[in-house]
Amino acid sequence: MTDQTLPAATAGEPIEHSARARRIPLLVWIAIGWLVAMVIIALFAEALAPYRYTAPDLRNRLAPPGHALHWLGTDELGRDVLSRLFISIQISLLIAFGASLISAALGTILGFLAAYFRGFIEQVVLMLADFQASMPFLILALSVLAFFGTSLVLLVCLMGLFGWERYARIARGLAISANAQGYAAAVGQLGASPFRIYLRHVLPNIASTLIVMMTLVFPEVILLESALSFLGLGVQPPVTSLGNMVGYGREYITRAPWIMLAPAVTIVLTTLAVSILGDHLRDKLDPTLR
Amino acid sequence: MIGRTRIEPLVSAENLRRTYRSRKGLFGATTDVRAVDSVSFAVMPGETLGIVGESGSGKSTMGRLALGLETPDRGQVFYRGLPMPPPGTGEWRKLRQKMQMIYQDPLGALDRRLPVLTQIREPLDIHQPAAARANEEAAAKMLARVGLSPEQGARYPHELSGGQRQRVVLARALMTRPDFLVCDEPVSALDVSIQAQVVNLLADLQAEFGLAMLFISHDLRVVRQISNRVAVMYLGQFVEEGSADDLFAEPLHPYTRALVSAAPQARSAGKAERVVLAGEPPNPARRPAGCAFHPRCPVARPECRVTAPELRSVGPARRVACHAVEAEILSFGEVA
Repeated sequence: MTDQTLPAATAGEPIEHSARARRIPLLVWIAIGWLVAMVIIALFAEALAPYRYTAPDLRNRLAPPGHALHWLGTDELGRDVLSRLFISIQISLLIAFGASLISAALGTILGFLAAYFRGFIEQVVLMLADFQASMPFLILALSVLAFFGTSLVLLVCLMGLFGWERYARIARGLAISANAQGYAAAVGQLGASPFRIYLRHVLPNIASTLIVMMTLVFPEVILLESALSFLGLGVQPPVTSLGNMVGYGREYITRAPWIMLAPAVTIVLTTLAVSILGDHLRDKLDPTLR
Repeated sequence: MIGRTRIEPLVSAENLRRTYRSRKGLFGATTDVRAVDSVSFAVMPGETLGIVGESGSGKSTMGRLALGLETPDRGQVFYRGLPMPPPGTGEWRKLRQKMQMIYQDPLGALDRRLPVLTQIREPLDIHQPAAARANEEAAAKMLARVGLSPEQGARYPHELSGGQRQRVVLARALMTRPDFLVCDEPVSALDVSIQAQVVNLLADLQAEFGLAMLFISHDLRVVRQISNRVAVMYLGQFVEEGSADDLFAEPLHPYTRALVSAAPQARSAGKAERVVLAGEPPNPARRPAGCAFHPRCPVARPECRVTAPELRSVGPARRVACHAVEAEILSFGEVA
């Protein structure tokens, strides 16, 4: 009897194990759901918004949430908070995603260049990274925006400079250790070009770290954009963003807290969802942890 | 010369020297460490040259120099009579098809994010990217040749055992049909039971592909099994070189004698007395004057402290660098 049951039990175990490992936790599902909702809102903000985000409704100014015409209430000019929130999500996500991608790409490329060439180029990249890290970014951003004026493209590019030095340092360090460890050196020894080594081997191997880094930088970019908008140098009214809404809603925090609560909750939930998803992806992308 | 067929060495090196600079502390004085010093060798097609020595004796640096992975500070490596191109150039990359390396740590040498079959076909993808279909077939064939199943080919490196990983590294190295292989301690990270399998496979593949090898190891038994000729390294220099049988049967240099006597032997257990070396293991940063081995040498003579012995021919295909051996040979009147 035992002879018959034992093989069945051992054969069933690995399947069950891998199925359990492959199942996505509920929390990650919620995070994915939230982010998908955010992206859909961002893509179809104009169509989904019940009103134009600039349209005032002077009879229903500062209406609380739950109002029959305005589900999330209205602000001091009677503009629909829900409509403004949708447009804000669109603008903020555009800035945050665009900036995160730019800084990740820029930082990784510079880090790889430093790791490949070493010597002088490495010193220059590291010096730029130190410069970037030691300079308060807000001051840099303020001076650039004050000098060139504000536009959405400039804002995205400027934010793209935020955090690149972290990617660069990590990409450089990991690429150097990959070369020392062996697999990158081994592929080079097969006659592979540097492009092949770095794009096909080093990048996938360090991608998990970079993705986690991105999920750390992403919330910071949203907060930075909020800070700039709050200071009046980010997105300019009447265009709105999450930070912009928080900034202007601050004046009514005691009388109409919903104006700033709606975007604030959105910021918190979105950044949290990105972090949860990033953490999950890091485990997923590593075949040794599967 | 015309009409006389002389076999050209496949890989040869003249007077190689490689120095590493190390610094103690931030403002400390730099010290030069000669990892390899005045080493010459030649490997004939299909031949295996074994390199033995303690850790830190410059064996691995020798292997890297022979493959052109590093540029020697002095001297030159030749492949089929042509000088080795500088590393990283297109010419150098092309030459990788003809010379490959087997690593001590196969897990470190493999990309842990790619299935092993993909990695086995990679050399072909690099050097002939157009023939994707043929590359896949060749890789599958090679996978079977090194004794792995197609199912194992779909796995990731960490899902294989140490011996299987080393088979993957071997398969990958042989994809472009090289004629020169540098094996840097290829079995020392493996289980003893697996070692024999991998060494046997290596010997089979060598015969099948006509490979010349530089076999670096500190394991004398393995070196003896696979090598035609053996060179003994001490602090970056060859102290003795000869055919594997001669060198192990009758070691001349006192260091070789100590090494050979220290190797465990199954049959002649009590027969040979062991030569136990006195003194510290060598520090390549502080090389003793004269013969580098003299502080530990049981037969050191006064001149050993002053002048370094040269590697001299003492018989057919036998070279040794030792004052004592030279004196011995003179007194016995052997033909040098």
